[in-house]
Amino acid sequence: MENSVSNRVLKLISLPTSYLLFFFILPIGIMIVFSFRSGTMGDARNIFTLDNYKYFLTNSIFLNLLWRSILISLMISLISVLLAYPLAYFLVFRAGPQRIILLTLIIVPTWTSYLLRVFAWKLILSSNGLLNTFLLWLGLTKEASPILMYSRQAIILTLVYVWVPFVALPIFAALERIDKNLLEAASDLGCKSWEAFLRVTLPLSLPGVIAGFFFVFIPTIGEYVTPKLVGGNSLMYGNLIQDQFVKALNWPMGSTMSIAMLVALIVLLWLFTRFVSVSDLLGI
Amino acid sequence: MRRFRNPGGIYFLTLALLLYVPIILLIIFSFNDSIHLSFPMKGFTLNWYAELSKTKELLNAVQVSIFLGIGVSMVATLLGTMGAIAIVRFNFPGRDIITALSAMPLVIPSVILGVSALILYREIGIQLSAWAAGIMHVVISMPYALLIISARLAGFPKNLEEAAMDLGTTYWGALLRVTLPISLPSIIAAFLICFTISFDEYAISSFLVGTQTTLPVYLYSQLRFPKRLPIVVALAAILMVSSILLLVLSEWLRSYGQIDIKRGKKE
Amino acid sequence: MMNFAVELKNVTKIYSAGRSSDAVVAVKKMDLCIPPNEFFTLLGPSGCGKTTTLRLIAGFEQPSEGEMFIMGKPMTNIPPNQRPVNTVFQDYALFPHLSVEKNVGFGLTIKRVPRLEKDRRVAEALELVQLTGMGQRKPSQLSGGQQQRVALARALVNQPSVLLLDEPLGALDLKLRKDMQIELKHLQEQVGITFIYVTHDQEEALTMSDRIAVMKDGIIQQMGDAVSLYEEPANHFVADFIGESNFINGTFEGMEQEWAVIRIGNQRSYAMMSSEKPAQNAATTITIRPERMVISSPGEQEGPGISGTITEVVYIGTDIRYLLELATGQEIQIRIQNRSKENISAFPKGATVKISWVPEDAKILAN
Repeated sequence: MENSVSNRVLKLISLPTSYLLFFFILPIGIMIVFSFRSGTMGDARNIFTLDNYKYFLTNSIFLNLLWRSILISLMISLISVLLAYPLAYFLVFRAGPQRIILLTLIIVPTWTSYLLRVFAWKLILSSNGLLNTFLLWLGLTKEASPILMYSRQAIILTLVYVWVPFVALPIFAALERIDKNLLEAASDLGCKSWEAFLRVTLPLSLPGVIAGFFFVFIPTIGEYVTPKLVGGNSLMYGNLIQDQFVKALNWPMGSTMSIAMLVALIVLLWLFTRFVSVSDLLGI
Repeated sequence: MRRFRNPGGIYFLTLALLLYVPIILLIIFSFNDSIHLSFPMKGFTLNWYAELSKTKELLNAVQVSIFLGIGVSMVATLLGTMGAIAIVRFNFPGRDIITALSAMPLVIPSVILGVSALILYREIGIQLSAWAAGIMHVVISMPYALLIISARLAGFPKNLEEAAMDLGTTYWGALLRVTLPISLPSIIAAFLICFTISFDEYAISSFLVGTQTTLPVYLYSQLRFPKRLPIVVALAAILMVSSILLLVLSEWLRSYGQIDIKRGKKE
Repeated sequence: MMNFAVELKNVTKIYSAGRSSDAVVAVKKMDLCIPPNEFFTLLGPSGCGKTTTLRLIAGFEQPSEGEMFIMGKPMTNIPPNQRPVNTVFQDYALFPHLSVEKNVGFGLTIKRVPRLEKDRRVAEALELVQLTGMGQRKPSQLSGGQQQRVALARALVNQPSVLLLDEPLGALDLKLRKDMQIELKHLQEQVGITFIYVTHDQEEALTMSDRIAVMKDGIIQQMGDAVSLYEEPANHFVADFIGESNFINGTFEGMEQEWAVIRIGNQRSYAMMSSEKPAQNAATTITIRPERMVISSPGEQEGPGISGTITEVVYIGTDIRYLLELATGQEIQIRIQNRSKENISAFPKGATVKISWVPEDAKILAN
């Protein structure tokens, strides 16, 4: 009857796991296969070729763009973390019993559609948009100019705006968890308040910070919607992949590019797991 | 208000304001009596909202998104619940791997999820449609369902299920009579969150919907037409407000559930 | 022949090795026979296997080896919901979403007992634990002691043949715990079924039980009633776990009449002969309870004894506790009841005294 326990687990875990295996892992597996094929939409089936990879590695634009996307993503994540930390700190240490409500207040905007919020910024920042017409009306500028629009800066600004509330959450959770007695002990042992922060609070909140950082960093590398809407000529790696699949219909090449990005992501994910334990993080 | 009178508080208020400005501006200008979204406001009108109800494709897209959202939520919540029970209540070989697997869709870029699904569907012959996109919506929302329900399960002890079995139920009976009722607020919260995720999803859907547009896909397609702008803005305003209401409800449910259990533990 | 209420034959439970732990033998080849209508306690430190044994009887764990019987019927492969036992859990495990009434009636609802009879039995059970009138409340509205009684009622209403209790009083404060101990004992006598009780608190076990099994590392060290366990501990562990004991090392010199002669240092003393005679001049340990030893000034009394120096005097109100160092360097403690004020300063720190005891009170420990 010991088996009945493992029977139960099997019955419970098999559906979710098979779903993920079939619709998450399998597609990526097929994509790996496609990266060695050729032809429109990968229809030339019985070919195994390394051409795509050769092309990818010899034409520096691909790796350059991937690298640039990683850097943009890095900047977005860093800025988001830097902006979110004081927010979370204020909530945990100064906001008192209302802090959950205030946190929810910050989170609420993220519950509106991502598309809509990017769109809203586009409306505000574009040539005929709210910001420009507002400044014109005030007489501060003489003619319309697209401030911060259609540029790399626009991408960064927009995505930081989207991500800051998300990053605040794990940092908030990590700061909450710190035993306030530790800070009293530090003070008892002679620390001034900024010292106690650097030596006690910051290190203890680091897992939450790192988690928040990677939670932004990794998916943002593949961003394509925001660059398309507000990036103008400044595109990211994700746009290239989208083009390959939707316009050029060169699925093998697109697959190769995706695999290359996946490899980069896996390396970064592995780095992440070295710093934080996933089970602890998920509270499971 | 006193607690905001420090650098941290000022910073908080500033950032909070900045977060809401686009949303509030959007809502205000949805009543603007002009095709251009420029300052100053030209007049107050409800025209654009009226126009909304006349646009057939729009109403179609709304319908598609709603049905899709409901379907996706049901599947994702079910799978997430099953996974959560297995992971929280049992210790089995491969538990860590499966936990990591369930969390991975959260960090994989949408573009990869979209194009890999594209390839899969072509290989096994699934037509591009809203439901095709929905399959992937389940993949990205299941982790959220799993997380929410796991948190709830971790909050009450496993021996409630044992107590039920001790009193005569089978294991599955215990789940039905004890675990599920206690977890209900979280299950509903998970459902609402999965619905919102599916309803708002664009990045993956753009690859997979084919001709059966969902609302976000429709919205995106309208961005190219300046004349349509005000209608889109009106639509955006409605969507934003309803998302917020829906998720406030979900959050309230989730924390209501937690309080209930906590009180049961007092001595 | 009367059936035992619970019988375990050669039961072993092994937890296989996980990622971070080795394989654990929680219960080792256990034989156990518990007659009906007995208050039986499994006593031991944490990790000794007592809770595992209870869970094996309840059916939440399966034995790796061996067989189990309840009321004479084989139960080894029967799931918990089909066994005629009910459990009172350590943290009560009350269903927070159900009222007290629905909690108590849960088992009856599952068995589809008709409404009228169910209501009657629930009311009786609530009366049994003195919670009449609390039926509509939710568990979160009750105190710890009240929640505990609901757990009891919920188990007893099903009229099980055996009631299992897993450290049910652990979360209560001291006074409430002591009151509940007496109440539980009375309850068992009133209801007339076997109670199997698990605890690490030896005083609790001694108070309530008809018989106690002391466990360590998955093995029953000794089984018996309170008196036999206290007066005649079988080994070092039991002597140390139940109450307090002194352990004094010496050598076996031989026998005088029916007593064993033990040489401690250069003095003779007497002890109860053990069933196995130690070898001549073998190193032997005897155990004596602190309250069974007598202190006197040297030369004041006749008779055998050993000498020692008082290193610490501790006044606890009801007793005076002395820590002493023997001539051989060993440390022992002695308890004298505080019968009159003069006793308090009778033997000061640093005094050299004679320590003596009645030979029956000293026991040779098996190794």
